[in-house]
Amino acid sequence: MPTVVINQKSMIVPDGTTIIQAAEQAHIEIPRYCYHPGLSIAGSCRMCLVEIEKMPKLQPACNTRVTDGMVVTTNSDKVKEAVSGVLEFLLINHPLDCPVCDQAGECFLQDYYMKFGLYDSRMNENKIKRHKAEVIGPHVILDTERCVLCSRCVRFVREVSHSNEIGIFNRGGQSEIRLLPGQILNNNYSGNVVDICPVGALTDRDFRFQCRVWYLSTANSVCNGCSRGCNITVEANRQRPHHGEGRRVMRLKPRFNKDVNQWWICDEGRYSYKFIDDSSRFVQPLVRESEGFEATSWTEATAHASRKISEARQSAGPDSIIVITSPQLTNEDLFLTRKFFRAELGITQIDFRVPELKSSEGDNFLLRADRNPNTRGAEAIILEAGGFSLSDILKSAGPQRLRLLYICEQDLVGKLGAELAKKFLSQFEYVVYQGSNENRTSLLADLVLPAATYAEVDGTFTNFEGRVQRMNAAIEPMGESLPAWQIVCKLAKAGGMGYSYEAVEEVFVDLTQTVTEFEGLSYEKIGDQGARLSEVAPVQA
Amino acid sequence: MTVEDYRGVGGYEALRKALLEMKPEQVIEEVKKSGLRGRGGAGFPTGMKWSFIPKNIDKPRYMVVNSDESEPGTCKDRVIIERNPFLLMEGIAISSYAIGSSTGYLYIRGEYYDQAMILRKAIEDTYAAGYFGQNILGSGYNLDVYLHRGAGAYICGEETGLLESLEGKKGWPRLKPPFPATHGLYGCPTCVNNVETLAAVVPIIQKGGDWYASLGTPKNGGTRLFCVSGHVKKPGTYELPMGTPLRSIIYDCAGGIKDDRKLKAVIPGGSSVPILTADEIDVKMDFDSVAAIGSLLGSGGVVVMNEDTCMVKALLRISKFYAHESCGQCTPCREGTTWLKKTLQRVHDGNARREDLDHLLGIAFNMMGTTICALSDAAAMPVRSYIQKFRQEFEYHVKHRCCDVESAVGA
Repeated sequence: MPTVVINQKSMIVPDGTTIIQAAEQAHIEIPRYCYHPGLSIAGSCRMCLVEIEKMPKLQPACNTRVTDGMVVTTNSDKVKEAVSGVLEFLLINHPLDCPVCDQAGECFLQDYYMKFGLYDSRMNENKIKRHKAEVIGPHVILDTERCVLCSRCVRFVREVSHSNEIGIFNRGGQSEIRLLPGQILNNNYSGNVVDICPVGALTDRDFRFQCRVWYLSTANSVCNGCSRGCNITVEANRQRPHHGEGRRVMRLKPRFNKDVNQWWICDEGRYSYKFIDDSSRFVQPLVRESEGFEATSWTEATAHASRKISEARQSAGPDSIIVITSPQLTNEDLFLTRKFFRAELGITQIDFRVPELKSSEGDNFLLRADRNPNTRGAEAIILEAGGFSLSDILKSAGPQRLRLLYICEQDLVGKLGAELAKKFLSQFEYVVYQGSNENRTSLLADLVLPAATYAEVDGTFTNFEGRVQRMNAAIEPMGESLPAWQIVCKLAKAGGMGYSYEAVEEVFVDLTQTVTEFEGLSYEKIGDQGARLSEVAPVQA
Repeated sequence: MTVEDYRGVGGYEALRKALLEMKPEQVIEEVKKSGLRGRGGAGFPTGMKWSFIPKNIDKPRYMVVNSDESEPGTCKDRVIIERNPFLLMEGIAISSYAIGSSTGYLYIRGEYYDQAMILRKAIEDTYAAGYFGQNILGSGYNLDVYLHRGAGAYICGEETGLLESLEGKKGWPRLKPPFPATHGLYGCPTCVNNVETLAAVVPIIQKGGDWYASLGTPKNGGTRLFCVSGHVKKPGTYELPMGTPLRSIIYDCAGGIKDDRKLKAVIPGGSSVPILTADEIDVKMDFDSVAAIGSLLGSGGVVVMNEDTCMVKALLRISKFYAHESCGQCTPCREGTTWLKKTLQRVHDGNARREDLDHLLGIAFNMMGTTICALSDAAAMPVRSYIQKFRQEFEYHVKHRCCDVESAVGA
C-alpha cells in the first residue's frame, strides 16, 4: 500500500491506484475529458496533467500509478498553465453556441473554463466547419463541432455495448466522430453515450430542447423497467411547467452502483418513463355507471369498495375474492396488500404472477427477461404464506363461487389475451382496478382506484439478486392518485380498521418485523446503494 | 547486389560469428560497448534497449524494423535498402538472435514501393541462402521475417504508432507505460529498431564494439549517415564519423553552398529539430554536442538554406507538414498543429497582427511536452526556434505585409 502526497496531503492508497483515483479520494479535483472509470484509459485529452516530483515532464494522472513516496502537485503554476493551455486548444474550434446547446449547465467545457481557464482569447483564425446536428440513431444526435474527441463514446461502443457503431475518422485537425459505414447507433445502450459525453456533442433526441438542465430537480430512484433494478436519478422539471408540453419527468439518468448497473442503464429503461405524465393517467377514482365511468371522491370510492368486499366475504366467504397484486408495486405496497387482504380479511387467494402470452427477452448485460422491478420482493412477501396460484385457477375449467376481483397494476387483457382475460373476468360480479394508467383491463372494471407511479412514491424494490433498493419521490402523485400503500390504508379505514402509518418507512419497519427475509433491514442500512435480503440462517439440528 | 556479391565482401560472416561463437548476451554486450545509439532520431543506446527485453517469459518476442523513414530531409534508410539490403538482413538476424526473437517484422512506409520490392526480394534470397528460416547455419536458431507496407503516415514511424499499424489498427501512438519492451506487438515483448541502427550492428559484431566506438566521439559510437539536401553543390547521403563538424559536412562533403551564396540556416537533424544559424555550424555532429547548443541530431537530415530563403515560408512549409501528419489523438497536437499552420499562413500572406508572433510562441510552448508522442514537440520546436532566431524576418512580414528576402531576390 503506497503512500502518496498530493498537494501536501499525505494518504495511503491500495496498490495499483492511479493518481486521478487517489486525488478523488482526497477530494482534489483533477479535470478530465477522456478518463472515465468505466472505460479503458485513453490518456489523450491531456487535461489531467500533473506534476510529479523528480519527473521533468508533466504526467497524465489517469495513466500514472501511484508509487510509494510519490509527491504529486495538481495546483502548481506549471500544471495550471498546461491545463489552461489544453482547454484553450479544445475551445479554439468550438462553436461557443452554449445558448442553444442542451449541454449548457452540465458541460465540462463551461465548468472547466470557469475553474481552470479564464484566459483571454487569442484565437484569430477561422474555425473549422464540421458536421452539425446529425441524427445518428433513434436516440442520439451528434454535433461534431462541439466534440472534444475524448473518445469516450467510441470506447463505450467497443468495450461496453460491444456494438462498434462509431469511430474517429480522419486525422489531425480533421478528426471527427462518424458512424461506421452502413451503421446507425441503435444498440439498447446507446443513450449512455450522451451521459458520458462531457460536452454537447452527443445529445439526447428525447430531451433535446425540452428543458434547461438548471430547472431540473433530481431524485435518487430505481428503474422499474426490469428486475435488474438499475439505480437512476429521476430528473423532473418542477420550475417551468410550461416547458416540454407539461411533461414533469424530463429524463432518467443512470446512477452509479458498483454491484448493480455500474454507470449504465439500457435504452428501454431510460425511455420508459413516458407513462408517468401520459394522458392515460387516472387522476381521480372512477366508478362505473350505466353511461360509463364517473369520477368520484376517494371517500365514496373506498366506501364503495369496502362495502363490495364485505358483501362478498359475508355472502360467499373469503374464497370468493381473488386479489391479483403486482411485482410493479413496492415492497411496502405489497406488504400492506398482504396485511390487509390476508391478515385482516382472511383472503388467501392472493397472487402476483400472471402468465404472459408473449414473454420478454433479456440481454447478456443489464436488461433482464423479467420486466418487473420487484418480483423478488413479491415472492418474499406474497408467497411466504404460499398455497394459491393464479395459473391453477386460470386452468381450472368450471366456475367457482367467485364474487370479487381486486387487480393491482396488471393488464390482464394484455398479458393473458383478450379471450382468456374476459372469460376470467366474467366470473366475477365486481372488479376493482387499482393502477396508474388506463389499459384494456381497467376499462372492464367496475371501480378504478388511481395509483401513483414509482416516480411519485417513496419505497423500495427488491431486485432479482435480492438487493433491496430505495426510491425517492421525484414528483407529487398526479391528480388525486395515491401511493398503493396509502390506498390500502384508505380501504382499511373504510372497513373500520384504521392503520396508523404516517410515512412509508413505518410500513417498512413493520415489514422487516413480519417477513423473515427482510429481517434486519432498515432504510438507513439500505442507503442509496441498496442492501441484500438476509440469508435465512440454517435451522440448527 | 546479390547474396553472392554480399558474401564476396564478407557478408554474413558477422551472423556466423554471432550464431556460432557468441551467446545472445555477448552480442548485447558488444553492442553496448560500441556506443551505438538509435539512428531513428531519439538516439537511445541500442544495447540498453535490447537488454530491456525480458529474458524468461512465456511469450514470443518480436523484432520490428522501422523503415517508415518519413522525417522530411531524411533518406538514409532508403540508401541502405537500395544499395545493400543484405546488410540490413544480416543486421536483423543478429539483432533478433540477441533479443531471443524468432519473428521479425519489417515495416516500410507505403511511399517506398520500389524499396519494398527490393526488400521482398532480399528477404526471399536470404531465406534461399539459409540465413533466415529454420536452423540457421546449423546453430539451431530459427528466424522468420515478414515485410509489411504502411499506408503513408508519418506517425507510423513513431514506434507504438507503427505497432498499432502493424496490428492492422489506426496508427495512433500508444500511451506509455507500458513500453514496447514488455508490451509491444500483440502485447508481447518487442524491440523496434531503425534500419540504420540494425545495419550498424553488422560491423560491430564483425570488428568489435570497441573498434566501432573508436570511430565516433564518447558515448556516440561509430559513423552516421548524413542526408545533406538544400542549397548545396553536392547533395547526397554521406557516411561520416559521429562528431564530424557540421561545417565540414556542408563545405567539405557537400561542396559548399550552391552558386556560392551565403549560408543562412541549417536544419541539422530532420525538419522537426530547432534550426541552427550560419554562426552555429562549427558544432560537432553527435547527439550530445548538438543537444548542447539547443538542437537535436535527430534523423541526420541536414537541410541547408542559403541567404535567399524566406524563413517564414520555410517554417510554414514545415508546419503544414505536421498539421497534415498529426494523428489527432492528443488535444495539444491536434488543435495546435492546425492553429500554427493557419496563423503562419497569415503571417506569410501579410495578413497578420503584431501579437500573432507571440501567439505562435505561446501555442508552441503549450504543445511542448504535453502529449503522448513527440509529434507535438516536433511541430513546436521549429516554430520556436525560427521565430526566436529570425524574428526580424517574421516582423517584416507582419509590418510590411510582404517578404524582405523574396522581394530582394525578385522571387
